[in-house]
Amino acid sequence: MSISLPPSLQEDPKTLQPTGWLRYLSFSLDHKVIGLQYLICGFLFYLIGGLLAGAIRIELSSPISDFLSRDVYNQVLTLHGTIMIFLWIVPVVNGAFGNYLIPFYVGARDMAFPRLNAVAFWLIPPAGLMLITSYFINGAAQSGWTAYPPLSITTPAAGQIVWILSVLLLGGSSIFGGINFIATILKLRRPGLKLMQLPMYCWAMLGTSILVVLSTPVLAGTLILLSFDIVAHTGFFNPTLGGNVIVYQHLFWFYSHPAVYIMVLPAFGLVSEILPVHARKPLFGYTTMVYSIMGIVVLGLVVWAHHMFTSGTPPWMRLFFTIATSFIAVPTGIKFFNWVATLWGGRISLNSAILFSCGFIVNFVLGGITGVALAQVPFDVHVHDTYFVVAHFHYIVYGGSVFVIFSSIYHWFPKFTGKMLNENLGKFHFVLTFIGFNLCFAPQHWLGLNGMPRRVAEYDPQFTLVNQISSFGALLMALSTLPFLWNIIYSSFKGKASGDNPWQALTAEWLTSSPPPIENWIGEAPLVKKPYGYGHQEKLQPSSKSINEDENS
Amino acid sequence: MTTTASLNQESETSSTSEQEHADHRLFGLISFLVADGMTFAGFFAAYLTFKAVNPLMPDAIYELELPLPTLNTVLLLISSATFHRAGKALDERNTRKCQTWLLLTAGLGIAFLASQMVEYFSLPFGLTDNLYASTFYALTGFHGLHVTLGAIMILIVWWQTRSPDGRITNLNKFPFEAAEIYWHFVDGIWVVLFIILYLL
Repeated sequence: MSISLPPSLQEDPKTLQPTGWLRYLSFSLDHKVIGLQYLICGFLFYLIGGLLAGAIRIELSSPISDFLSRDVYNQVLTLHGTIMIFLWIVPVVNGAFGNYLIPFYVGARDMAFPRLNAVAFWLIPPAGLMLITSYFINGAAQSGWTAYPPLSITTPAAGQIVWILSVLLLGGSSIFGGINFIATILKLRRPGLKLMQLPMYCWAMLGTSILVVLSTPVLAGTLILLSFDIVAHTGFFNPTLGGNVIVYQHLFWFYSHPAVYIMVLPAFGLVSEILPVHARKPLFGYTTMVYSIMGIVVLGLVVWAHHMFTSGTPPWMRLFFTIATSFIAVPTGIKFFNWVATLWGGRISLNSAILFSCGFIVNFVLGGITGVALAQVPFDVHVHDTYFVVAHFHYIVYGGSVFVIFSSIYHWFPKFTGKMLNENLGKFHFVLTFIGFNLCFAPQHWLGLNGMPRRVAEYDPQFTLVNQISSFGALLMALSTLPFLWNIIYSSFKGKASGDNPWQALTAEWLTSSPPPIENWIGEAPLVKKPYGYGHQEKLQPSSKSINEDENS
Repeated sequence: MTTTASLNQESETSSTSEQEHADHRLFGLISFLVADGMTFAGFFAAYLTFKAVNPLMPDAIYELELPLPTLNTVLLLISSATFHRAGKALDERNTRKCQTWLLLTAGLGIAFLASQMVEYFSLPFGLTDNLYASTFYALTGFHGLHVTLGAIMILIVWWQTRSPDGRITNLNKFPFEAAEIYWHFVDGIWVVLFIILYLL
């Protein structure tokens, strides 16, 4: 069936959009504009979240709370976590690259629901601004990004309510995005393109979106109940009124464990796109990659209580969640070996994009190993709520997802702008980030094993030196942003022209001009049946539409 | 579903030009209802856990009266049937009959809400009395919000069938179908809620 709009609406809305840089401030329906809106908006929030992280590390350079008062420290900590997760990583790995790339990969001219897509993006800036301004008005929330009751009920209510509203808006945005991705991937595929011919990022986004649609509403419902506890003084999660805090933890982690996969599965997909291009080899083990993603989706929904081993969970529950969590290492390990095998024997061009991807592989395997360790109850009980968990978490979301975001920016910047980024600055950025990141977070494993609790502004003086090393690493990470920012700004205006396909890549987004025309292709969309068919031709001619078809005929 | 089948037949005959693309709005709506259903699932899970692990004081235990909620269940089930009849009438291009069935459906929805209000005021506990009371009001209230939205949607659809420029006809019935699927969903949730909250 086709939509037949009433005559008043039949005019193409895209022709009414502003052009030039102004369209990035408009309610644009173009998936490429929305994707870049997500990316730029997310990056601005990343800078704010980074400043907050800097404040935390300055405070922790000395064992007493001198730089920030305890209340302010709690607020800064809460804002840092919430901004980095809900306003930077989730919107960027899903919204930014998903919106930009998925329509290309499925051979569509836009997402399935362009208007819903724009709504989903425009929920984000108000939610973020609301969250940040709450700090200046009545004080921001103080109970961490987990908002565990009874802490979240007893701390000042105004900031906590703003936090809840903001997360509800962001959750709504995420659900709308997820519905859009599922519909686009399953329903808008170009005729002749089979699911098993899609680039891996489509599979990653399909799996992620399933997790978003199934788990985010549970968080929304939970936060609504929590807001009742704060505003109407009900007792859902308030033990003094007969409530049960453990139920909050279960419901919260039913979303927030899958949220880790919502942050990391798209990153897996992006790495799977970047590695084959720069190693000039097909992606190793496509089918196992697909099954691994779906395995992670299924397992990811049934491991949440491993965050609650010290919450008085009964033994059978600990046993089940330990085993289920350990199983996740299998599909994740398969993906890891597939990436290594993709690189193995390839003609690797060692540019910034692949450096960040390799950095991701190294960091992620370290974070994965500590993850399996944390899944074991005896070990987890020992290090629960210590800096070991902080280190593990940041190896996954910074060493994992953020490294991939940088890798993707280096890889797709020519597509976005038609300009090349400066390679020397890029490599400098990578070296600073990689050293800074490991210097910042590796020592925190030691701190945690020796019993330094997380989320506290003060600590035992014996930890001072190691904390200062960690803070020095954070300083390097902060400095590493400068060459990156300069590179982006300088190259946007004066960068070398990249041509349409500087990497000689075969996936569909490169088979058009850079930056692409408004409906992605002049003429018919190319049918890319082998997105990873590298190394099969003597001379690569990716700009010709027929290479993939030739192989199949 | 008969309504979708007729639409599919139509799509085979209609030509697809470059401007038009297939309509996936129903798919999107159903995905959204899956998400919405998960919100209810979270509430149900919370309620059942509270019930299992947080025993109430003996004086707080109160046996719910069944007649009124049973009447509510019947009202909603009938309203699903009347909505279905409205769809049939629309397929037969009998707009007047369709409008009557739609108004009846909306009326049943409003009757449900009124009856729910009567029940609320006859209950011996308030929102903040105890955990059970809070969960009861949160669940029924959240569902009542859905019924309210559904009734408004039905009235909008009814209004649109009246408009002369043919916003809703048997050939362009997405708003109608969306409201219908949503309404059946809300009814289905009520049946689950009725079993869990009143019968268990």
